[in-house]
Amino acid sequence: MASGTKAAIAPPVSGPVGQVIVWVDQRFPLMSLWKGHLAEYYAPKNFNFWYYFGSLAMLVLVMQIVTGIFLTMNYKPDAKTAFASVEYIMRDVSWGWLIRYMHSTGASMFFLVVYLHMTRGLMYGSYRKPRELIWILGCLIYLTLMAEAFFGYLLPWGQMSYWGAQVIINLFAAVPFIGPELAVWIRGDYNIGDATLNRFFAFHVIALPMVLLGLVAAHIMALHEVGSNNPDGIDLSKNVDEKTGIPKDTIPFHPYYTVKDIVGVVVFLGLFSAIVFFAPEMGGYFLEKPNFIQADPLKTPEHIAPVWYFTPFYAMLRAVPSFFGSAFWGVMVMGAATLILFALPWLDKSKVRSIRYRGPLYKKFFASFIMSFLILGYLGVVPTTVWGQIPNALPVIGGLDTATLASRILTAVYFAFFLLMPWYTKKDIPNELPEPSRVTA
Amino acid sequence: MSAIVKTNVDPKMRRNLVIGGCAVAGVAGASAAVPFVGSMFPSERAKAAGGPVEYDISQIEPGQLVTIEYRGAPHWVVRRTPEMVAQLAKNDDLLADPISAKSVQPEVAKNTNRSIKPEIFVAKGVCTHLGCSPTMRKEIGPADLGADWPGGFFCPCHQSKFDMAGRVFKGMPAPKNLEVTAYRFADDKTIVIDADAKSDAKA
Amino acid sequence: MKLTMTRVLTSLAAVAVLASPLAFAAGGANVHLDEANINLQDKASLQSGARSFVNNCLNCHNAQFMRWGHLTQIGLTEEQIKANLMFNPDAKFSDYMTTALDPKDAKAWFGGVPPDLTLVARSRGSDWIYTFLRSYYVDPSSPTGWNNDVFANVGMPHVLHDLQGSQAKVVVGEKISHGKKEAVTKLAIERTGSMTQPEYDIYVRDLVNYMTFMAEPSRVKRTQLGVGVMFFLVVAFFAALVVKREYWKDVK
Repeated sequence: MASGTKAAIAPPVSGPVGQVIVWVDQRFPLMSLWKGHLAEYYAPKNFNFWYYFGSLAMLVLVMQIVTGIFLTMNYKPDAKTAFASVEYIMRDVSWGWLIRYMHSTGASMFFLVVYLHMTRGLMYGSYRKPRELIWILGCLIYLTLMAEAFFGYLLPWGQMSYWGAQVIINLFAAVPFIGPELAVWIRGDYNIGDATLNRFFAFHVIALPMVLLGLVAAHIMALHEVGSNNPDGIDLSKNVDEKTGIPKDTIPFHPYYTVKDIVGVVVFLGLFSAIVFFAPEMGGYFLEKPNFIQADPLKTPEHIAPVWYFTPFYAMLRAVPSFFGSAFWGVMVMGAATLILFALPWLDKSKVRSIRYRGPLYKKFFASFIMSFLILGYLGVVPTTVWGQIPNALPVIGGLDTATLASRILTAVYFAFFLLMPWYTKKDIPNELPEPSRVTA
Repeated sequence: MSAIVKTNVDPKMRRNLVIGGCAVAGVAGASAAVPFVGSMFPSERAKAAGGPVEYDISQIEPGQLVTIEYRGAPHWVVRRTPEMVAQLAKNDDLLADPISAKSVQPEVAKNTNRSIKPEIFVAKGVCTHLGCSPTMRKEIGPADLGADWPGGFFCPCHQSKFDMAGRVFKGMPAPKNLEVTAYRFADDKTIVIDADAKSDAKA
Repeated sequence: MKLTMTRVLTSLAAVAVLASPLAFAAGGANVHLDEANINLQDKASLQSGARSFVNNCLNCHNAQFMRWGHLTQIGLTEEQIKANLMFNPDAKFSDYMTTALDPKDAKAWFGGVPPDLTLVARSRGSDWIYTFLRSYYVDPSSPTGWNNDVFANVGMPHVLHDLQGSQAKVVVGEKISHGKKEAVTKLAIERTGSMTQPEYDIYVRDLVNYMTFMAEPSRVKRTQLGVGVMFFLVVAFFAALVVKREYWKDVK
């Protein structure tokens, strides 16, 4: 391509600012980015409550990065001084307590927002063709986020940090043949210590945030390439305006959705601030009580539980018994529960995308899936003895903790949603209501 | 056309609403910036480490210089002899700023002696040129400094010269007299160096 | 069944109700905890608690993250703190509250190093400490001669026994639990101390109040600032909503 200067556009605003924009636009795709992703990105006009969580996820990502940067100004990733450095931030650094609470609350809010965002995707079939890649990138973001949270949680070097990491790394030790060596390699030592803390710091502060930013950029680019789905799951390109080629039921993202998302941001910040300023510990769910005690390799806390956003998978892990002397089956089930999400676009054989127009069979499975995820989440937090034991007299299940039996059943329900999907989406009565041709409210 | 139908758009109303919205956002942004910017100021620990430093001057011999650390910089305490003090009034012709008009010192040290008590000289031992720490040369007229040398401080880095009250000579690389950090006498034998002291020290 | 917003929220509420028992303060083995009634605005209580803490706890325990200087936040002056609370003449006002007890001696005399107390109000909870300090009873079979209903076989003796007096564990009845007979016990004063029980309760409550402050000195400032932030966000919400509604008039 010849290296001549691109033709100057008409200044979009008057005055010197307009001139600067024209200058930049000749050297950088400023206006085409602005139009393609904002001012002339046409999105369905009927985005509802479930559509706030994408932009909120971006907001939380930025907040975590900014608060994280300011925390690293004072945090010390050394086993001897890490815990003290967090208290230093809380007491001696001006406003340190606020930055710390924003980061700890933001971590939990990130998962809340991402789970709701994924629920939207499930409900409206946003993973269906041609959006499979958006969904896959999203699953990769989810996995990266879980790893980021796991690495970050060791950093305060409290009792729960240490022992939670101990449990999870021991899962890797359960891998057949290479397990123990793998665990030593991950730790960088024979036990969790300074070497582990330092490398987890490197992953948490540098490696994974960069991966996350890259994946999020790709996720949005993939979305903008094919256009947004809508709550009715219908294909808007079937109804375009003859003159402009723009789908009829769409509106430009800017200013309509920028302005609407700002309202969403303010409401979210209200919930976020209420937690940060009035209940940052959240009853021990966001800041766990044992973590106010410095890590002690010689003393195990009474209950080791992961943070609430991991608990559904933890419940599955605990529910799977040991087979042939190996605890690895539980690890595999837990891993499969996350990885099966990737397969979703190819499991769904229904003719319609959105839950609004699916039959009763799908809705039952979907409701069961959500309930199983939530109840498994609860069971992952409490000890397995919480619901007592099943009477010994009963065959097979006698003597089991009731909660363990429930977790096994619910794990099966969780997997059934995916594994039986090719069958029940085909078998389902096609449409309770017929799919509309134009979007509904 | 997309689903946008602009009827009865009042562009003035929209512009004013956007300006109002931006004002609210601006307040939010500025308030949000306060904790982050604020967190970068010295923490309690830094302030504690940089807190006032006490020193017992009763053991300093006449003509002796001791160096103390305060906020990471060397600070001198010199017990000047009566001859050194007398010499100070005669140095004016050699000096760039004999009345300390341009240099940094507490009000109470803005005098010929540049100190609260004439015989006790307390100053930051950092050359005002590029930050080296000068050496005390109290002897009069040594061979390397010339017969005119009245006693003072000599900086080895770029050869700036100061008298026994830290006042810089004419034509030196150093632009100003040595800085005198705020200090006070807690009692007759104890000085307290405290740059953040609110009011000027009593003698 | 239509997946409506109402039904989704009801299900979430149901899960929250299921999970709520966790929020109940629980002792180690389902011991009921008395409420400490913390009031961090009660400066007199906090100052009394600070004095109790320094006199009774710092002999063996550290509060290694708490600076003496931060005690000005409970209304004490530098002079008052230095004169009444700082017993080590070499300690500076900016130093941390540490104990003189050498860890080696602690291991030899008590079998373990007494844990740091700066954050114990957050790791165990204020109600836990309040109940703990009032649940000691005489137990000749233990190394210290004391035991505790809230922390069985605790290595710490009843440091405040000259104030509270000593309690004995008495059996007052029987109950059936999980198909087994269990004794129902109560703690009763067998020898009085220098304080009545209500006086001792207040003494302990003030101490726990102080320890709650010490665990998070910024707590009062946090909640006060929060009120202002929420108020601002309500205003911002309406500002954003007005702008949104104006532009969305265009959308048909």
